[in-house]
Amino acid sequence: MSYVAIKGGGKAIAGSEALLDYLRCEQGEDGSPLDMDTIEHQLRFLHSRVISEGGLYHPKLAALTIKQSLGDTLEAAFVLRAYRSTKPRLMETSLLDSRNMRVIRRVSAAFKDIPGGQVLGPTTDYSLRMMRMDLLDESPAAFQNIARQWLDDIPDVDIPDTFPKVVDALREDGLLPPVNNAATEQVPFDITREPMIFPVPRSAALATMARGETGSLLGIAYSNMRGYGDIHPTVAELRVGYLPVLLPHPITGELIEVGEILMTECEVVAMYESENEGEKPTFSLGYGACFGHNEVKAISMSILDRALQSGMKHGPSNPSEDPEFVLLHVDGIDSMGFCTHYKMPHYVTFQSDMDRLRTTQGKSEEASK
Amino acid sequence: MSTFRQNNAAYPFGFLDEYAKKEIRRTVLKAIAIPGYQVPYSSREMPMGRGFGTGGLQLTLSLIGKGETLKVIDQGSDDSVNAVNLRSFIEMTCPGINTTASTSESNLIQSRHRIPEKALREDQVIVLQVPYPDALVIVEPSEEKRKIMHGEADYSRLLVKLYEDIVKFDEITISHRYPTRINGHYVIDPSPIPRYDVPKLHQSKALILFGAGREKKIYAVPPYTDAEPLVFDDIPFRVESFIDEKGERHHCSRCGTHDSFLDEFINPDSGKKVYQCSDSDYCDEHMTSNSQEVING
Repeated sequence: MSYVAIKGGGKAIAGSEALLDYLRCEQGEDGSPLDMDTIEHQLRFLHSRVISEGGLYHPKLAALTIKQSLGDTLEAAFVLRAYRSTKPRLMETSLLDSRNMRVIRRVSAAFKDIPGGQVLGPTTDYSLRMMRMDLLDESPAAFQNIARQWLDDIPDVDIPDTFPKVVDALREDGLLPPVNNAATEQVPFDITREPMIFPVPRSAALATMARGETGSLLGIAYSNMRGYGDIHPTVAELRVGYLPVLLPHPITGELIEVGEILMTECEVVAMYESENEGEKPTFSLGYGACFGHNEVKAISMSILDRALQSGMKHGPSNPSEDPEFVLLHVDGIDSMGFCTHYKMPHYVTFQSDMDRLRTTQGKSEEASK
Repeated sequence: MSTFRQNNAAYPFGFLDEYAKKEIRRTVLKAIAIPGYQVPYSSREMPMGRGFGTGGLQLTLSLIGKGETLKVIDQGSDDSVNAVNLRSFIEMTCPGINTTASTSESNLIQSRHRIPEKALREDQVIVLQVPYPDALVIVEPSEEKRKIMHGEADYSRLLVKLYEDIVKFDEITISHRYPTRINGHYVIDPSPIPRYDVPKLHQSKALILFGAGREKKIYAVPPYTDAEPLVFDDIPFRVESFIDEKGERHHCSRCGTHDSFLDEFINPDSGKKVYQCSDSDYCDEHMTSNSQEVING
């Protein structure tokens, strides 16, 4: 009798990978391969999600991961994240000020008339979620015409590149506490180079959530919104745009722009509290930011940031305020990996489980005799 | 051993960048210096799933060098899919190493869920893959609180759990991942090895390293260190029993040995329950020595 473990594992894996690749290409002659630009542009939000959860800003490689993962967001972000592990860290950027963002969209739910004005920009917020049957069989000509038409129709108005921030106005009015300048001097906690040992500073929480899995963040933030918490947020400002990335010049040390990243940023204003006994109470702030155009993620993150600040200060009174609960369960790469591993053989541990159960069963049989 | 993946020069030796490997080696030194203590480390993402042995893999990739001989097993077998997958990845990213299925020929062993039956030697290192590094997690979900409990060697709640088991079931119900006290202080989760393998940790000649990638911890049972499963004076620690109703121990249906951890399954031909060694190398070795005996005898 032969050994019963699954033999020929290597062949099986190779065969399985080949089959999956066949599925990617099964359209055969009727199909054509996805190119990276198509993925980046026509699957904009999928691409944004992957680049943010992968935690590596490389639009082209992010598109590649989507292609090779057949659009599985967890897998794609995973490939991007694993690629990071092979790369040394060469430099660190200085703090980037999101006031310098080239904005494509910014809205505030706090005030009608914010300094600089509301810019609705591209959004599905007010679209009717009805089928666009005309896209079922869209011709390349029609497709190209949409872009041409839109560019032709741009009205000739001067929109500024950057906008002031709503929270600055709130600070001037004394509704928000002043910026904690001491905090900007601190070196942020680097979750890619240091393990989190609780309690962790707020910067560790922000970094973890910035590359957290969208659905996980949303789920826990939603629990807070529904009543397992009481943040009652108001979106002071949500902005999407391109932020210039600055690095010191290798010789002069002067900061120069080396590129820009598409990112989403959200600031929520929440329940007021006094920083210290006897001080004037102010609103409090929750902050969310991530690579790409991911509004639900940024809002969820800002709510959780506010909830976690509460938990760090007063002790958690619900899951969304508990740093360990939130921060150790929102990473898509960690959670999907562990979930997937349950498909691996567990013969030995199950054998051991059966031994315990049978022994216990035997004892209870004896006892009932 | 044959590999199904080709060398990929696009990646550095051992896949990880040098800083990551250096960090792991320093973490290992600390883990050896404080037996059983879970040393946190940054734990990079690997190109395979968290939960598939990324902690063990990071240890192996940081420790292995050209000319060394590696054995990779999963469920005791070198041929199981995950073992094959890990081995081929290591071969792909570490040109110049040797791989083997033989426990005695290897000097580095990466394993999931088993410690080989054959006693390990001083010149060998075994790396175990760990899903849950902390034995206290079954009684305390908060890591912050568990850390304090470990520092104070406060394992009372674990002992209460064992006691409650005895009251409820007249048996300790922990089947694998049996809490084990190392060097008289820290209690470790020895990874999901069966209880059968726990005594192999005690005064082991080989260095035993534990890597939990997802949970970002490394810990060690250094050579010649005490490892005692948590028990009561009047309730002895018991390993899995392979004794049948008649009081006889089941043997491996393939090699005939009576002294190994067995997997049970249903023989598709006879429909009967049969047993085989979980450790495939041990089984093969017995087969060979049996046939030698037949030839010589």
